[in-house]
Amino acid sequence: MSRIQAKFAELKKRGEAALIPFVTAGDPDLETTLKILRALEKGGADCIELGIPFSDPTADGPTIQRSSERALKNGLSLPRIFRLVREFRRNSELPVILFGYFNPIFHYGLREFCRQAAEAGVDGMLCVDLPPEESGELKRWTDDEGLDLIFLLSPTSGSDRIQQVARKGRGFIYYVSVTGVTGARGSFDGQLRSQLARVRRATSLPIGVGFGISTPQQASWIAGLADAAVVGSALVEKIEKARGSTEKAQGAGRFVAQLKRAMRQIRRVPN
Amino acid sequence: MPALTELERAYAQVRREGTFRKEFQHYLHQYAGRETPLYFAERLTQKLGGAKIYLKREDLCHTGAHKINNTIGQILLARRMGRRRIIAETGAGQHGVATATVAARFGLDCEIFMGKEDVARQSLNVFRMKLLGAKVRVVDSGSQTLKDAMNEALRDWVTNVRDTYYLIGSVAGPHPYPMMVRDFQSVIGQEARRQILKQEGRLPDYLVACVGGGSNSMGLFYPFVRDPKVRMLGVEAAGGGLRTGKHAASILGGDVGVLHGSKSYVLQDDGGQIRETHSIAAGLDYPGVGPELSYLRDRGRVQFVSATDKQAVEAIKFLAEIEGIIPALESAHAIAAVMRLAPRWAKNGTIIINLSGRGDKDMMTVADYLGVRL
Repeated sequence: MSRIQAKFAELKKRGEAALIPFVTAGDPDLETTLKILRALEKGGADCIELGIPFSDPTADGPTIQRSSERALKNGLSLPRIFRLVREFRRNSELPVILFGYFNPIFHYGLREFCRQAAEAGVDGMLCVDLPPEESGELKRWTDDEGLDLIFLLSPTSGSDRIQQVARKGRGFIYYVSVTGVTGARGSFDGQLRSQLARVRRATSLPIGVGFGISTPQQASWIAGLADAAVVGSALVEKIEKARGSTEKAQGAGRFVAQLKRAMRQIRRVPN
Repeated sequence: MPALTELERAYAQVRREGTFRKEFQHYLHQYAGRETPLYFAERLTQKLGGAKIYLKREDLCHTGAHKINNTIGQILLARRMGRRRIIAETGAGQHGVATATVAARFGLDCEIFMGKEDVARQSLNVFRMKLLGAKVRVVDSGSQTLKDAMNEALRDWVTNVRDTYYLIGSVAGPHPYPMMVRDFQSVIGQEARRQILKQEGRLPDYLVACVGGGSNSMGLFYPFVRDPKVRMLGVEAAGGGLRTGKHAASILGGDVGVLHGSKSYVLQDDGGQIRETHSIAAGLDYPGVGPELSYLRDRGRVQFVSATDKQAVEAIKFLAEIEGIIPALESAHAIAAVMRLAPRWAKNGTIIINLSGRGDKDMMTVADYLGVRL
């Protein structure tokens, strides 16, 4: 059982939904990211989504675009991300998912990427611009290395796509709560509940919801509907605004603790 | 993705429909002013002293470039799909103008995404788009050029996918765009083929076109791909020179990657990050190239050379003085390559250059480059 599966199983028993914070690796530098990861764990994160920065992040809003630019300006590369995960892994068993775009991975070599990621202690992989139809080659290597390849579904996904993702996905299904790009939002599509039910019928995988979740209220509402809430832009913005690496880490830890506290107030029925 | 699947289905359907083709032809003829002449450039030929040079006069199209061919095709498709809002990216502004034009003609809302740097160097086209009733969204992320405009248009599209049609102007981007844009632009090659057979009684020896994303070159080349004797030459933008790294030559200077949903040659660094590009011609300033052109190059069917900013500006002056035609900076890259190569090509050979656009939009840029104050 992968770390991700084990984590979801454990939370299910406790009747809790997972909180998955997203941060961009190397924003603004790797030392800070390591501190932030540790603070996130202490604050109650159940799993980490670590963003691989890309020059052309077409699925991201301005907050994460800016964080990628900061990371790239400081010379971030894949080997350095692996080193970061290895360092974090020395005293953490928290699942780590890499979240990125296809080209840097493709350029690195899919097989080599998967081998080194697994060796560093990465548990899962989400490639935001790689549709499941085109994922065969990557999936071959993620399967080989025991990495969970996670796919996205969105409000416009039809039943064919839902079936396909249910079949090919590992770890959990990432449900994009809105049409559009990442970024904090005031409100959600009122149909989220029925849309999630549609996905639920097709799969026994846990379902995580992301894109646009920015407040404890929203996170707790999602905790009542889904198995996990992913919080990215709102956290990245807090990190952006805090000065100095210690404050960035502390602020991130505090925010995650608030979110987690709100999510715990929702009683989930263990089954 | 569902939007792309829907688009693919819609296009597959209209592609076979006689009524759609008829409608497309009607607007190409009545609205865009086709067919465009295949003009024998007599003095250019004499001056270069080699093969006989013909210019396919896409510069004479409505709005000043070949871009209108594709926008007519896609706007008719968007109408059939019931979309009310059209978005597009633009580099030089020609595709933006062509999109704003057809959106105005069919009464649809239109928003054009354009990099901040391009807005500055193509202010005239920005004004034209606004005059045509389009909103111009200035993109200040990344390198602030065409690729960033495309990123932003993609972001808008996924956000407003239910009512919006994304009208891509090049043979790049995700399937079915490269195929669809190629098909709509193929009218260039189809006409050129008919015209050269009529004027010369045989197929040309060389086809030459500038390549940014590749829409004008694919449009000219495609109807000749199965004629092995017709050689094809794509001319990429070498900017300050290929060795300076300041260029936009994706095929000559890049390697295989995935950008904007297609696998092709891409300008990227060691980490697979997309590199910033440079060309004096905003329409060539893109770090990728159409996947089909990459394929044709790998098969050896299309050869690639490049021309620098300097050579392009010289080509504008040369063609202006000798033929009384001011080409766009983009098209001037193709002229520049022919100026270099034609003298070496056999006198009894024939060349067709795609004169993809006119240079009116570039006068400020060229004056600036030459140090002339207007």
